[in-house]
Amino acid sequence: MSRELDGELGIDLIILGAGPAGMAAAVAARKLGLSVTVIDEQPTPGGQIWRAVDTIAATPHADILGVEYRKGAAAADAFRASGAVYEAGAQLWQIEPGSTSGFRAFVTRDGKAWTVTARAVLLATGAQERPVPFPGWTLPGVLTVGAAQILLKSARQIPAKPVVIAGCGPLPLLYATQLIAAGGQIAGFLDTSPPGRLGRALPHLTRALAKASDLWKGLGWMQTLRREGVPVIRHVAAIEALGNGRVERVYHRTHGGAEAMIAAETVFVHEGIVPNVHVAMSLGCAMAWKESQDCYVPVLDEFGETSLPGAFIAGDGAGIAGATAAGLRGEIAAIGIAAKLGALDAAEAAAKALPRRRQLERELALRPLLDAMFRPRAQVFAPADDTIVCRCEEVTAGTIRAQVKLGRPGPNQVKAFTRAGMGPCQGRQCGYTVTRVLAAAEGRPAAEVGFYRVRPPLKPVTLGELASLDTQRSLI
Amino acid sequence: MFRKLHEPTQTVTIHIGDVAVTAEAGETLAAVLLRQAEPWARVSPVSGAPRAPFCMMGVCFECLAEIEGLGAVQACLVQVSEGMRVRRLAERRELAQEVGS
Amino acid sequence: MGAQSSIADVIVIGAGTVGAAIAYGLARKGLRVTVLDGPDTDFRAARANFGLVWVQGKGQGKQQPMPAYQALSRRSSDLWPGFNAELTDLVGHDLGYERNGGLAFCLGEAELATRRAALQRLHNALGGDADWEMLDRPALEKLLPRIRLGPDVTGASFGRSDGHVNPLRLLAALHEALLRLGGALHAGHAVRKITGGSGGVRVETDAGCHAAARLVIAAGLGSAELARQVDLTIPLRPQRGQILVTERFAPFLPLPASGVRQTREGTVMIGATQEEVGFDTSTTVAAAAKLSARALRIVPALKSARIVRHWAGLRVMTPDSYPVYAQSTTRPGAFVALCHSGVTLAALHATVIADAVAAGSLPASLAMFHQGRFDVPQAA
Repeated sequence: MSRELDGELGIDLIILGAGPAGMAAAVAARKLGLSVTVIDEQPTPGGQIWRAVDTIAATPHADILGVEYRKGAAAADAFRASGAVYEAGAQLWQIEPGSTSGFRAFVTRDGKAWTVTARAVLLATGAQERPVPFPGWTLPGVLTVGAAQILLKSARQIPAKPVVIAGCGPLPLLYATQLIAAGGQIAGFLDTSPPGRLGRALPHLTRALAKASDLWKGLGWMQTLRREGVPVIRHVAAIEALGNGRVERVYHRTHGGAEAMIAAETVFVHEGIVPNVHVAMSLGCAMAWKESQDCYVPVLDEFGETSLPGAFIAGDGAGIAGATAAGLRGEIAAIGIAAKLGALDAAEAAAKALPRRRQLERELALRPLLDAMFRPRAQVFAPADDTIVCRCEEVTAGTIRAQVKLGRPGPNQVKAFTRAGMGPCQGRQCGYTVTRVLAAAEGRPAAEVGFYRVRPPLKPVTLGELASLDTQRSLI
Repeated sequence: MFRKLHEPTQTVTIHIGDVAVTAEAGETLAAVLLRQAEPWARVSPVSGAPRAPFCMMGVCFECLAEIEGLGAVQACLVQVSEGMRVRRLAERRELAQEVGS
Repeated sequence: MGAQSSIADVIVIGAGTVGAAIAYGLARKGLRVTVLDGPDTDFRAARANFGLVWVQGKGQGKQQPMPAYQALSRRSSDLWPGFNAELTDLVGHDLGYERNGGLAFCLGEAELATRRAALQRLHNALGGDADWEMLDRPALEKLLPRIRLGPDVTGASFGRSDGHVNPLRLLAALHEALLRLGGALHAGHAVRKITGGSGGVRVETDAGCHAAARLVIAAGLGSAELARQVDLTIPLRPQRGQILVTERFAPFLPLPASGVRQTREGTVMIGATQEEVGFDTSTTVAAAAKLSARALRIVPALKSARIVRHWAGLRVMTPDSYPVYAQSTTRPGAFVALCHSGVTLAALHATVIADAVAAGSLPASLAMFHQGRFDVPQAA
């Protein structure tokens, strides 16, 4: 079904991302009779948590990855059968609101740009790892744990030599056990949870018991490491990657002051994940600073609609909650979108959403405990002066701090004066750090300091692609 | 830096610079780069320091390489194909002056 | 009122390129200067600038030519090398300033003829030595050996006085220099009220009060409201300009052009639009497409160049597009300075305008930039 939009035929719904939320939303929206196009920069569905699930889930390799991974195969099958148009390997670089309503999305693939117009848009772009600057983190050989897991899933590859894993939260533990199951070796597991963390988490324990099985799973992982003889160092406060042109060794120091050096050519780091809010910010959606998660989350109503009418967000991009919650949020958003577009009335929408909301509540029960247990240590937000904060432009924390003597600059002035945030990643790896460094140096809360203004293109696009759009009548 | 767990059954040959490299059909270019003796994709245009893939999911832009003549493509989002020509990015790209159509 | 208060010789409202240059000039003369700046989210034309230090074609005007503006721009351009040298010395780092001339590319024969005629007209009005010349295509190709120009390029006008600079480094350097010379800069001090104080003016902000003998309003688009408080009526409107910037390249474009220039870092800036859309700083793909199409007609090889960023700023536009330098009659210590060419005029602002403020009156040579010119009824 297509609809007129600004005199041009459009569709009902664009979904950005084909992870758990995007796929579930596509399936649900199709069932409700909406025309859907899904734009995914990955070549196959699954997002990050179910990366390459299409090809891997049916193979013995999936045993290494665990039963949660296999769930993704069913989701991908349903998605492919849903009738949604799936534009894989396509990068969205801008969304503009239509002149009266709806949205126009600008997409590029293989050097060709085109547009899709729709009455509503759902951002399901998931999360990214929290950037953690430390000395040497730009050296070849430093990767995120998420990256290591993607390599394991989609390319079936592991570090050739014993690796150092440093971080906090369930993911480093999960990966470590997967790596061991695959025959890899770990030179050191550096647990960066600070001392006293469990105590702070205990108040959340009762609510978390609703999802007790997940907790037991986590404890099992740690036992696996110990059984395999992996050196585990707890309460690591600082790490550095050292080497000439690549990682050669990793230095670490605990809260108590104990220091050591580990020879390694790869080190994988992880300090939690944060919602991918770049597209939402570029649209001007209202964001709120969530202190307990040290990140921004979009302001959403109960169906996931943002402050921009017709723009919805589902999945980890709405707030970190895991794959099952993402799927439920995707379905709830699809229901809300269908209601907004007139395919459902309010009572029907509420009735359909209700069982999913109940399930979602159960999924979210563990979150406050995990947030408290795995809150990143303060040092993550307070890198030393000579640490590179903006990887793209090689701007150090000291350079950022030096700006503060010129008044109380916000991140945009700092960007203008230091080039931090001006490189290819456009602030994805440095935005949070710059905000926190300024907040600390200026003695005001991060929420007040704000974030870089996110400008298009959201992904690099060539002049040739842009110029080709100049001849299209639809843009006049 | 990295190694595969298996011998791929479906392979392709790609070219990284002047070197022919065997890769698994459908894997990302970034994964292939990380198995090379020189795992880096480019050098930083600011300092000349080598940069290798970091996030593998398109949010760090470290894995920018020149693929089939198109510069600054994120290698972690591109699947290798038979005969693909890849060049690591030197400090600053030369703007080739031949005029295409 | 607010906890903070201060007394200075001069208060400058606005820390953009105009305000900062005047403040720097005053501080250089040994005056105590306080600069008051608004929040990070203000419109900030200074952060959106293209970076040209430009003379050719200035003053040709769409409706009203103003040769005096061409002369003003030329004067500032001649002062720029000295201004750059002193500023660089003081802050110890480079601004990326070059003055080797500049180009305005012409596409098609008509554009070339129109350009020639406009520059000639301006020259006839001013007299003196021409600091510009028209280049035909062969001459242009000789000047740009590393580029294959698009087939539509018929030539260009070359201005000998033209140059370019990194506009953000300029702004940062002006701030830095001001502080080193003992000036004060208060960000987040949006000005609410201007009144008379004993021996001068009193300014109330969100965060405190400040008093001084003299006041300079250089608050860009915010100047109209503030100028009203010193009985100056200045019609202003925003005009949006959108700019694209590419990834870094090895050097291939040795001279800046009015629509495309390659920076020291190697990035290529492409701009700019002129849109009447009110106070809207959003970007549009339509504009990016138009800018790209024109850039490719000039340098087709840019087809494969990746755009990394696209932004918009609001020019500070007067009805005839020329600057306003004015002094209040009811409050003689209060001045207004605004323009949309703050980079080109920075040298002039740091010297001539700063001198005028210090002396307490604008020179006769700047009389035609008084805002009273807008009150003159147009002949029917």
